[in-house]
Amino acid sequence: MRSPVISRARIATVLLFALLALVPVYSTLFSAPFYLTLFARVMIFALAAVSLDLVLGFGGLVSFGHAAYLGVGAYAVGILAYHGVDSVFVLWGAAILASALVALFIGAISLRTSGMYFIMITLAFAQMLFYLAVSLKAYGGDDGLPIAKRGTLGPFDLKSDVQLYYLILIALGLALYLGHRIVGSRFGRVLEGAKWNERRAVALGLAPYRYRLVAFVISGTVCGLAGALLATLTNFVSPSYMAWTRSGEIIVMVVLGGMATLTGPVIGAVVLLVLEEVLATLTIHWMLILGPILVLVVLFARRGLWGWIAGRHG
Amino acid sequence: MAELLAVSGVTKRFGGIAASDGVDLTVASGECHALIGPNGAGKTTLISQVSGELKPDAGRIVFLGRDITREPAPKRSRAGLARSFQVTCLIPSFTALENATLAIQAKQGHSFSFWRDARNDARLIGPAMAALSRVGLDARAGVPVGALAHGEQRALEIALALALEPRLLLLDEPMAGMGPADASRMIALLESLKGSVAMLLVEHDMDAVFRLADRISVLVYGKVIASGSPDQVRADAEVRRAYLGEAA
Repeated sequence: MRSPVISRARIATVLLFALLALVPVYSTLFSAPFYLTLFARVMIFALAAVSLDLVLGFGGLVSFGHAAYLGVGAYAVGILAYHGVDSVFVLWGAAILASALVALFIGAISLRTSGMYFIMITLAFAQMLFYLAVSLKAYGGDDGLPIAKRGTLGPFDLKSDVQLYYLILIALGLALYLGHRIVGSRFGRVLEGAKWNERRAVALGLAPYRYRLVAFVISGTVCGLAGALLATLTNFVSPSYMAWTRSGEIIVMVVLGGMATLTGPVIGAVVLLVLEEVLATLTIHWMLILGPILVLVVLFARRGLWGWIAGRHG
Repeated sequence: MAELLAVSGVTKRFGGIAASDGVDLTVASGECHALIGPNGAGKTTLISQVSGELKPDAGRIVFLGRDITREPAPKRSRAGLARSFQVTCLIPSFTALENATLAIQAKQGHSFSFWRDARNDARLIGPAMAALSRVGLDARAGVPVGALAHGEQRALEIALALALEPRLLLLDEPMAGMGPADASRMIALLESLKGSVAMLLVEHDMDAVFRLADRISVLVYGKVIASGSPDQVRADAEVRRAYLGEAA
């Protein structure tokens, strides 16, 4: 039942991170900054997808509103920067705090429901935040809000795209490690046990609600950090970060990569966003090609792409 | 013997049907109290009200001297009430050991521990293996629940309940769907527990009931129509008419 020390999953993870770490080298050597920005974006969405996998894959809670935390994190950075705050430590700290509080509020209410109702209520909250952002005329409303400059964080100077890239890579690596610790811990076992059989968990004296709420807050917080990174990368925040289609995309990344695998959603984000780029250069109707690919993966790979890559013990 | 559980005047209606109709029942410390009755008599409904899955419309449930009528199910489990289900209720994708480990986690208090690997934590594995070996499943620890035989799944249900070290076991047809060999193993297991833990036992297997029970109550249409020692119940004319029929 335990995977061997050098499993396919481990090799694939190391390989994945090695490739991601080499992207800046490639883009510098061949002066192709486009790839640097593309993969920085990919990793930010991978971070959001990993955070969603904690509640969706391990908790069985289909949050259809995770873009909301992306938006809250981004707007925390955008609004504070607008008011002259330039310490990245404060900006990202505020993004983390704000998304944690919003996740606590939304989770505390949404988790009283389950199934389809949970999906709808998380969507409804995300839509409320979307329209709130649209109505914030002082902060650009519909048009969004540009961020004037990037600051520094410790040894990292974020004005350098390469340094920001590596900071995002580190954040993704840490989130994955943290995620693996959590799902293997006592807390993670209760979360997963309650997913498969809530009645049994209750009969054992484990009240699922509080475990789910804590998982929801952890997830929203990490997703909020992804939002802060996205705002920093693009020097821009906009209500479109919170669009419901964005929430859907994050779900697709998790399902495509493999639910309850943590590393799978990273693959899902890479494949979805890279395919999107590639197919969009071929035709504007790229969704026509991507759609069937998604259907095939969901039909034939029950644990997503990660199931193929990592094998049974992944 | 001290009274562990006291159910008084418990009533539960589903639409126009009274599944529990003013039920009075007690379980003393260490006692095995069997609840028998025809299908649809309201036995599982009563167990669910004691365990907290259902809330009664009227009446009181007192456990260890405390009124638990309105307490949620997890709190009752932590207070010492453990139940096994009529239809096997396990975590199918977990192994037998992982199921037992979750029960040990619950016994050891809250599980807000986020870092340490629970899957090779000796403080969990040791007691979980002990719980499995009490029901003879230690050799099957690594097998996913879905791959266990029916009898083994039933035994695991009991192991999970025992892992909580309860004061009172609520057993809802522990022998349901078992062949004779598995059933006699289960009876032997429950017999070995007698005296150390009190039991409220719902069972259709009359051999089991008469071997295990210190006291028997007969439930018909949500009402207790008779209650007493096995001999008294066996001799009760009304019970014979209502339930035991020719078989007794």
